[in-house]
Amino acid sequence: MISLLLILLSSLFFVGIIIQTKAKIAARKMPSIFQPLSDVIRLFKKGAIYSSTTSIIFRAAPIVYFSSVLIAALFIPFGGNVGLLSFYGDFVFFAYLLAIGKFLMIIAAMDTGSGFEGMGANREALYSMLVEPAFFILAGSIALFTNNVSFQELFSNLHIVSSLSYSISVASIYVLIYIALVENSRMPVDDPKTHLELTMVHEVMVLDNSGFDLALIHIATWLKFAIYGSILANFLIKNTWSIYEQIGVYFVIQIAFAIIVGILESFKARNKMSKNPQWIIMLSAIAVVSFLTALIVAHKIILN
Amino acid sequence: MIDLNKIAKIKNNESISLKDIAIIDYEEFSHIVIELLKQPENHCLSYFAYKSNDNLQFIMAVGDDKNHNILLLSHLLKSDEKPELESLTKEIFALHIFEREIHENFGINFIEHPWLKPVRFANNRANKEMQINDYPFYSIKSEELHEVGVGPIHAGVIEPGHFRFICNGENVLHLEIQLGWQHRGIEKLFLDKENNLQRNLLAENIAGDTAIGHTTAFAQTIEALAGKQLGKQRHIERALALELERIAIHTGDISALCTDIAYHFGSNVFGILRTAIINFMQFWSGNRFGKSLIRVGGTHLPFTEELKVELLDVLSKYEKQFEEMVYITFRLPSVQNRFDFIGIVSPEQARTIGTVGLSARMSQIERDIRVSHPNFAYQEFPYETITAERGDVFARFLLKKKEIRKSISWIRNVMENYNFDASQNEKPDYQLKLKPSSFAISLVEAWRGEVCHCAITDEAGKLKHYKIKDPSMHNWKALELSLRNVEISDFPINNKSYNLSYCGHDL
Repeated sequence: MISLLLILLSSLFFVGIIIQTKAKIAARKMPSIFQPLSDVIRLFKKGAIYSSTTSIIFRAAPIVYFSSVLIAALFIPFGGNVGLLSFYGDFVFFAYLLAIGKFLMIIAAMDTGSGFEGMGANREALYSMLVEPAFFILAGSIALFTNNVSFQELFSNLHIVSSLSYSISVASIYVLIYIALVENSRMPVDDPKTHLELTMVHEVMVLDNSGFDLALIHIATWLKFAIYGSILANFLIKNTWSIYEQIGVYFVIQIAFAIIVGILESFKARNKMSKNPQWIIMLSAIAVVSFLTALIVAHKIILN
Repeated sequence: MIDLNKIAKIKNNESISLKDIAIIDYEEFSHIVIELLKQPENHCLSYFAYKSNDNLQFIMAVGDDKNHNILLLSHLLKSDEKPELESLTKEIFALHIFEREIHENFGINFIEHPWLKPVRFANNRANKEMQINDYPFYSIKSEELHEVGVGPIHAGVIEPGHFRFICNGENVLHLEIQLGWQHRGIEKLFLDKENNLQRNLLAENIAGDTAIGHTTAFAQTIEALAGKQLGKQRHIERALALELERIAIHTGDISALCTDIAYHFGSNVFGILRTAIINFMQFWSGNRFGKSLIRVGGTHLPFTEELKVELLDVLSKYEKQFEEMVYITFRLPSVQNRFDFIGIVSPEQARTIGTVGLSARMSQIERDIRVSHPNFAYQEFPYETITAERGDVFARFLLKKKEIRKSISWIRNVMENYNFDASQNEKPDYQLKLKPSSFAISLVEAWRGEVCHCAITDEAGKLKHYKIKDPSMHNWKALELSLRNVEISDFPINNKSYNLSYCGHDL
């Protein structure tokens, strides 16, 4: 329960911090940290407009997307506390729950019949497909490392002691940050600020969404960020700490994660579209490194 | 060899009596034109037709960049002749746009022209039945290919233009650009307005981002027609404004290119730097784009020694930050990775389609009016052309940076070696009397490339024809070629690296 509350709370300011960081670096006046929130409230007050070429899929997609992300948030544990839902192998369920939401968004984009949206859907599908192995190899290596296959047990048994396990956690955090960026269609794969339809990935898919639906899509994005931030926090929070320390560290990590995303997006140009697949596969490669390290730690590979 | 003695020659910013432009028959005309334009030092500045009595007179101005001359050729199509001419485009492709324009306006059929499509759907076009929505797009019937249409209404606040891509997956096989949505009939307005002040204001609005370039060309054309000699200081002021415009727009372009690749740091800093320059323009002229600065026959806003101090101050601040940011941006691997080898136009292609200005210089072609047809300011303070090699987006990105530096050092040179004299202030003269039956031409190297204005007067000394050519006329073709076999997601950076004018093309 506490995990869900923390995720919901941190999702409210996460994107705000990214925007503030970017504004600060660019020497611009910062918007309020709650600017994204007021944007969403404004959207909720508006009605949605539906193109006459769309069907029920287009109307259902934002709700399914939003609820899939919300349910996924229920699986995230916090320190020693179990997430609201937890069972054997739940991280597989978690990954495909997110995939269901994304799948519906993709077919909803195709449903509009727009040339741009089809293009965006095509790209989003490709990148989601490529990022999937990275996530599973990563989760697999931690599972191997801790000998557990549910989120809760993964993290509660993750003890970073030896130098090899440090290397696993560094590689994992690196990969996880970038998986979060790909999943949330941020830089360097996608540029959420662009106004150029031809270069968009996620943004172009939601061009036709408006009002209530668009607000749900925005909230789902925040939630996804907060979920990945929580997973990161779980890597670093120790069960032995008191609950207040844990909560304090949790927010520090969430804020640090948001600032890192802001910095990553400020000092770098985005990738060339054709280099994106290569770049995403690189994440899987790093995940494989941490997988091999886990094998060594688990004595599945004996080094002489 | 062709006999060049028969051909009328003038210099930039000069006028000539219409009688002195020999009218030759079309066969000889084509022969001479093809011979001339096959030589790399010549290029066609303008080729247009106008109604002379009932006949149609054609005038072509060819720039001889080596000898700093402008050659004038003419031929006549009588009203009782069939409106049909052998196309020159199949020999000299760079003429395609001019022949298309003449075809559109006067219904002349250019036989064997490979691409005889409407240019801008002008109001006074010959075939009024054809509407802008009937544009005959090139298309390929295939299961694998798909078409993507972008515009004419764009998401950003930019001008209207339609882009039709034929794509194979993410790759563009062919791009066709259809313009004309912005047509205002501005050439006609130049004839309708009798007052030179009104025309002056029109010239400022031919293309908003080239206000100085077009207005200078206009003022010089009218002054040439009136035979008015301007003081040296006016020429230097105009060139100064021109260089400041170049610095401002190039900086803005670099900023915009950074925006398009999501490099917000560069985008913001270059954006701020651009403001410094256009704010100086405002300080000087009261308008950030330098409108109201350039007037026929003089100016209300002369450059002074006080402005010199201010400008040198602005430039030294600008230069310091600019160099710092350039050092970071142009070495950033992710920026290089994004721009390198994208949208290449080879020197052969660039020469064939007759690109001008920056779009020519990016592919090793030294085509620069400031060097080939300099006016007083550039004769007194010479400018050296710089070129880039590869003809890709990075070459254009790099060239903008280099031209900014070059312009700054040119301005510094002027500031150091020329004393502005406040007593030399010629006021604008809107009552200039134009010579009857004359032709005048003015070329200006604006930031985008050569702007060419031509004017013809009738027996009473009234304007009879006014022809404007913006560099974009030639350079849109370069953008089309850039996109061949390039990913469709790279279109925005290609488009931005040229930053061509819609309204300059549509007129």
